[in-house]
Amino acid sequence: MIPAAFDYVRPADLGEALRILKDREGEAKVLSGGFSLIPLLKLRLAQPALLVDLRDVGGLDEIGRIDGEVHIGGRVTHRRILEDEGLAAILPIMRDTAAGIGDPQIRNWGTIGGSCAHADPAADWPAVLQALGASFVLRSADGERVVPARGFFVDTFTTGIEPAEVLTEVRIPVPGPRSGGAYQKLERRAGDFSTVGAAVQLRLGDDRRIAAIGIGLTAVGDAPFAATHAEDAIRGAQPDDTMFREAAAAAARQSRPTDDSHGPADYKRAMVAEMTLRALRIARDRAGAA
Amino acid sequence: MSTHHISLTVNGAIREADVEPRLLLVHLLRDVFGLTGTHIGCDTSNCGACTVHVGGVSAKSCTMLAVQADGLDVRTIEGMADGAALHPLQQAFWDQHGLQCGFCTPGMIMQAAWVLAKDPDPSEAAIREGISGNLCRCTGYVNIVKAIQQAAAEIRAAAETQTGAAVAAAG
Repeated sequence: MIPAAFDYVRPADLGEALRILKDREGEAKVLSGGFSLIPLLKLRLAQPALLVDLRDVGGLDEIGRIDGEVHIGGRVTHRRILEDEGLAAILPIMRDTAAGIGDPQIRNWGTIGGSCAHADPAADWPAVLQALGASFVLRSADGERVVPARGFFVDTFTTGIEPAEVLTEVRIPVPGPRSGGAYQKLERRAGDFSTVGAAVQLRLGDDRRIAAIGIGLTAVGDAPFAATHAEDAIRGAQPDDTMFREAAAAAARQSRPTDDSHGPADYKRAMVAEMTLRALRIARDRAGAA
Repeated sequence: MSTHHISLTVNGAIREADVEPRLLLVHLLRDVFGLTGTHIGCDTSNCGACTVHVGGVSAKSCTMLAVQADGLDVRTIEGMADGAALHPLQQAFWDQHGLQCGFCTPGMIMQAAWVLAKDPDPSEAAIREGISGNLCRCTGYVNIVKAIQQAAAEIRAAAETQTGAAVAAAG
């Protein structure tokens, strides 16, 4: 398969990239790792006039910890996240997620920023980052804004990014004590997109009740979303199976799966409940151990 | 649309070409440079037959643009043997019957080379995980895994001999 013709530029720094995006607003698409965008180009589902390759743009490939937040550059690859011991120690959900994306070659090149900007409705990071209460830094020639992951994924392949903006950084709050998280992905075969993906991040209070809870779901709606009904069902509750089953049922009710080659909608809804339940249990156990 | 002049190192030699930005790396290698050892299988980044190394990192070359490899070091299956002497991975695939039709083999060997570059002594599970993005429809993977284990042992032994020789020379 051959993509439709396009022009290509590889700016030397972010300023130049942002100027090009402004000058060619609406015509250009940003190229990061390419393992989401190039398949779309080959299928001609995307036909931009210009690709702006961020390969030579520095400063987008760091993982750091600043002011109570983990900052992950937009061009950090899934493999870097998978292999980062410090990150796995405080946010094991990040390793859970990275390990299940694609295959080794795809993880070598695919990036967290690219995946979020691409916004496949079955992508993993968007659900996880909503569970984590993360935010995105969006830069343009006119400035910078920081937007929450919740509300960012508005529809299939559609986000809150403006055409002249670049997603430069993901910011995740460092979890407090007695926190745990987990991502549970049901897939038809290893490395496939999710049939259902459930992300949970929770914190237990001094009384061992659930003090804070975030749940994100993917592949069961037009875009990955936060399962707010499930969160409301167990915030402040005991972290036991009775409550977890209630939350899992609420997550299933809030999901909007469709029939496709991955399975019928009823099956997927049942799997939302199961994956949410499993993620809640692992998250609780990790919080208990923390 | 304009063409771009690119210059990259392929198996140690500098190669240049004027390419359309939409040219895929696998087509550059096969159709422009004549390096047809890299195969196109699924053309959808699933099967791994097109795996090469770009900048020292394994990649599926059907899902990368030639312009993305501009200025980088590319290694393909043609760069593995040393003259008539097969690379230990190539020899091990032969010895262990790690191929039948051979279509997946170039990608399998390039991915295995990357796995061993990262971890010279991988567990069987790590080998299987390492080649999980490479599909073989003939062998059932058992002999492929054996081949990678054989090559790993040989490469480690060769490295130890070299280190020993260096220590002896220094002594």
